[in-house]
Amino acid sequence: MKVAIVKYNAGNIYSVVNALRRLGIEPEVTDDARLLQKADRVIFPGQGEAGQAMSYLKAHELDKVICSLRQPVLGICIGQQLMCRHSEECNTECLGIFPIDVLRFKPQRHEDKVPHMGWNTVSTDATDELMKSSDGKFFYFVHSFYVPVCKFTTATTNYILDFSAALHRDNFYATQFHPEKSGDAGEVMLKRFLTL
Amino acid sequence: MLAKRIIPCLDVKNGQTVKGTNFVNLRQAGDPVALGKSYSEQGADELVYLDITASHEGRKTFTEMVSRVAAEVNIPFTVGGGISALTDVDRLLNAGADKVSINSAALRRPDLIDEITNHFGSQVCVVAIDAQQGADGEWICYLNGGRIPTERSLLDWAHEAQERGAGEILFTSMNHDGVKTGFANEALRQLADTLTIPIIASGGAGAQEHFRDAFILGHADAALAASVFHFGEIPIPRLKEYLRHEGINVR
Repeated sequence: MKVAIVKYNAGNIYSVVNALRRLGIEPEVTDDARLLQKADRVIFPGQGEAGQAMSYLKAHELDKVICSLRQPVLGICIGQQLMCRHSEECNTECLGIFPIDVLRFKPQRHEDKVPHMGWNTVSTDATDELMKSSDGKFFYFVHSFYVPVCKFTTATTNYILDFSAALHRDNFYATQFHPEKSGDAGEVMLKRFLTL
Repeated sequence: MLAKRIIPCLDVKNGQTVKGTNFVNLRQAGDPVALGKSYSEQGADELVYLDITASHEGRKTFTEMVSRVAAEVNIPFTVGGGISALTDVDRLLNAGADKVSINSAALRRPDLIDEITNHFGSQVCVVAIDAQQGADGEWICYLNGGRIPTERSLLDWAHEAQERGAGEILFTSMNHDGVKTGFANEALRQLADTLTIPIIASGGAGAQEHFRDAFILGHADAALAASVFHFGEIPIPRLKEYLRHEGINVR
């Protein structure tokens, strides 16, 4: 199976490479439109800042490429947020695959620290093909912005409020957490993505 | 609900973990990668690797070790020790570390915090503070692994680090470190209740109850320890079970 990872100016790409290697897959990290289109799976990882990431994607015309992909695509963390319509982070217009706006956490109590950092549980119903069997499991999160619960939400997590831990629309999947850093639960989910 | 984190800390010298371990069936007890992997399998939430090598050669060995940890361990890990410039951070993040911990270099040149967070984001920047409480009750920050006192107070420096963009504070109480009578809960609580970034408690773990107290009395977000884990005095699965029983949310 050919897995391509979108190469852009976001950190954390090599954590995804390592996680795939642990599953016996040697991914290709590329910003070449043709290679991305030809891959069986595309992963759009992330950690970084939405404004700068979007400018980079646009400058390299990767925005159009990502939106036009037909195979299963998985956005992770900032990847998920960039797949939404707009982000409050730097007031950024994003890819619009999920027509929903990304918001900044507003702490309600002193204990509500931002970023939301660490292991948190997800709630999901048994029907979603990617998140199936992840209900109640802990995943690793690091983020200050969140995707509100919407009709594309396939899993939720509670921190300050309920927000989207995972999204799905057609061939596009996304998680706010980092499956590549989420121990065994993350590995199970990545494997599931590869067998969708 | 967000879980409280348990973090084993490994001191690494010339590519080997220092301080012995008595893990059964671990072929290379001194190999930091095997040890980290074993902690991860036991349920550790994150790992911290501290480079205590001084030589240039040792630095290179440490970076190679970071790459191997990144390849084999599937939970987040922080690296620290001797980081004083953006190039050090770049090298270690490129090798696959998730976060870096800075200590003396940040006290000497606080701009380092701004530089790291502007370049790589707040989430990668852990500011470690070694502090000692004097007879007058004041907590004073120390440089060079607790060898040189400064004039900065713990609270004051922690707040400045947060303002400059630090993602977390790793507070080690020099009064409690190695004594195994519990964490510095009062100081922890003061930090946790006045800062808006997570606080990692360090120094003093000797029993399971100490972890509970750091979370309940000290309001810490995470607790770090070394020897109690390395020597198998407190196995992580048992610690987690105990904390769960005490009503603390752990993974």
